[in-house]
Amino acid sequence: MDNLSSENDTLIRYRDDEPVDHAAVTVDSFLDQSSASAVRVEPGDDARELLPHLERLSLVEVNFPAFGDGRGYSSAQILREAGYQGELRAVGDVLVDQVAYMRRCGFDAFDPDAPLNEADLETALSRWPEVYQGAADKRTPIWSKRHA
Amino acid sequence: MYLYDQYDQAMVDARVAEFRDQAQRRLEGKLTEDQFKPLRLMNGLYLQLHAYMLRVAIPYGTLNSRQMHALADIAEKYDRGYGHFTTRQNIQYNWIKLEDAGDILADLAEVEMHAIQTSGNCIRNISSDHFAGAAADELVDPRPYAELLRQWSSFHPEFSYLPRKFKIAVIASDTDRAAMRLHDIGIQIVKNDAGELGAAFYVGGGMGRTPMIAPCIKEFVPLDRLVTYAEACLRVYNRHGRRDNKYKARIKILVHEMGAEEYTRQVDAEFDHMLSQGIEPPFAELERIRTFFEDPLFEEGASAEIDRSDPDFALWVDRNTHAHKADGYVSAVISLKPVGGIPGDATSEQMRLMADLAKDYSFDELRVMHTQNIVLPHVRVADLHALWTALEEAGLGSSNLDTIEDIIACPGLDYCSLANARSIPVAQKISERFAANGKTEALGKLKLKISGCINACGHHHAGHIGILGVDKKGVENYQLLLGGSEAEDVSLAKITGPGFDEAGIVDAVETAADVYLREREDGERFLDTYRRIGMAPFKEALYG
Amino acid sequence: MRILTGNDLKSGSVTWWTGSDWSLHVEDAVDVAGSEDEIARREEASRRVNAPYAIDAEIYEGRPRPSHIKDRIRALGPTVRPDLTLKPTDPDIGTWVI
Repeated sequence: MDNLSSENDTLIRYRDDEPVDHAAVTVDSFLDQSSASAVRVEPGDDARELLPHLERLSLVEVNFPAFGDGRGYSSAQILREAGYQGELRAVGDVLVDQVAYMRRCGFDAFDPDAPLNEADLETALSRWPEVYQGAADKRTPIWSKRHA
Repeated sequence: MYLYDQYDQAMVDARVAEFRDQAQRRLEGKLTEDQFKPLRLMNGLYLQLHAYMLRVAIPYGTLNSRQMHALADIAEKYDRGYGHFTTRQNIQYNWIKLEDAGDILADLAEVEMHAIQTSGNCIRNISSDHFAGAAADELVDPRPYAELLRQWSSFHPEFSYLPRKFKIAVIASDTDRAAMRLHDIGIQIVKNDAGELGAAFYVGGGMGRTPMIAPCIKEFVPLDRLVTYAEACLRVYNRHGRRDNKYKARIKILVHEMGAEEYTRQVDAEFDHMLSQGIEPPFAELERIRTFFEDPLFEEGASAEIDRSDPDFALWVDRNTHAHKADGYVSAVISLKPVGGIPGDATSEQMRLMADLAKDYSFDELRVMHTQNIVLPHVRVADLHALWTALEEAGLGSSNLDTIEDIIACPGLDYCSLANARSIPVAQKISERFAANGKTEALGKLKLKISGCINACGHHHAGHIGILGVDKKGVENYQLLLGGSEAEDVSLAKITGPGFDEAGIVDAVETAADVYLREREDGERFLDTYRRIGMAPFKEALYG
Repeated sequence: MRILTGNDLKSGSVTWWTGSDWSLHVEDAVDVAGSEDEIARREEASRRVNAPYAIDAEIYEGRPRPSHIKDRIRALGPTVRPDLTLKPTDPDIGTWVI
């Protein structure tokens, strides 16, 4: 867990750059104004609306109001598939048992409502020795290793 | 059949470790039940009416004798000596302890089995034709495609928190033995005019409280785009499927509300985008998987002659065997529907016998049918009498495949916390009634399916005769439906009228059967007669 | 009357609140009308029970009997496998359930 932010003790980042220092705006206000570099994507938002503006984005927060609402995984994949390189942060009801899949979908920061147990987090993130699918994390799928 | 390599094994082993850890955190109180529930469900563990229930995946219904032995051992070691084969070709155990669940998963992993994604809002175990690789009428063996999709859908990072459960069936014959068009995605492997193999995609079927028949959204997806197209179908669903109401969250509602055309347009756009993402395994991977499904070494010139001097044996052969692609072979069905028995239940002892018979007579292979019976797919005709004799001795020789006694029934209120009425006693009484009145033979092919609630696990919408149990002011009540089919002539059954009590529904089924016997023309099944004469004569006889 | 039921967290067995503990037998259940939520919360928090909820019951032959057939089957076991129920040898159990 690098760069544990001092003002926010639940924020976990897997990036070396400095976190954005201003609050994320909604997708609607982001599309209306040109200055914001941080946006917050709600489950019902269409992440593709952000694609024309990726170069001015440094932080995309994807909100999980309830951990069982999986739309945020697709939002993350869509942004990474389009080449978004900035911070992709899962916020809200983010639990330790979901973080491994979130990492696979391209999230590189977590700001959960309830703090994650550090040991459980390490265990969860080192759980999968292999992966069956290609995804935003660019891990080599099993099928690729089989035919290397 | 497919065998794990070190990668598959590593994934299943990791899952065992993960679930042990999750169960431990639940027992320690680090996870609430609300948090634990989706995790245990994704490992097939329910909290049912009496205890925890574990559903074990049997991918596309195929297993070998070693695996069947392991299932028998688990029933004995951790449960109460029996298991229940389900309408999605799986097996479930009714009396599991949470503290044993990790050990059971470990025992399963030893024989290349698991309970991964057998419940929860994720892509479930993929089902297929129970005669795959054996049927005379199939184009190719559909199971390699099912296995390719099994690997793609296992631990899928983007599609593990879908709006609702997601079921896929794959077939490769014009005869549909897997209720393909009543799945979230039904795939039929087909050949195009150029002679190339591809996949037809049917999306948005399902039973439950709003039954729908899946429309064909793509007639031909090339085989080297199969995973990509499935991924596109799922992404559109994950993003746009309804999450405001769990009863409207299945993909059938999305396809219905959006319209099949618009859904297809969005899938195609997503597909075009995904083609550049490199998510499709190389064709060599499909070829690797295919090598596991090559034909066993069938004996050349095996005799197709049957000694029919024993009428009981002859009846069993006529009813319980299916045409095989190899001369001198058949697929033989072991009925788990003894008269008065519990549909789909098998004891450990019966499982072991079926495993041993598979080893002796069927190249070590067994299949689970969605109709809750077991298939020995490759049996020499010359061995049929010995096989039947062994089954008869063990009480597994019922000659009633596809008859009115071959009833699909969900566990119902005897086991299920969602049920409104008991299904099993109704099934027992109907099979007893028709065994006693001798009408089974005259009725011929008649599919009777019973669900104990509108979730329709007993496929009542798809029964030639369907029965739906409801709760009428605290009393079990049963509605009668007619005219459904899950096969290639797929249709949804219609309710006849007011419901019946338990005794009344058994009488009502007999009344409907009698209308058919009176009205049928040559060669007509019950379903054909119903389609020709309509509901009115049945209503008249039932409610007069 | 209202009685409180749930499952044992480890074994999954159906259990009933007796006023001080959890029993496998519905006959041991006590009326919790008015305090069901509080007991359920407390007992679940201490993991002595999983997913507790209250149901309606009546006194039958001096003992609580759940009002709804589903809860009676739950209390006893599957009607199609009397051998697996809590009272495999009781000849009158059928009338108690149905």
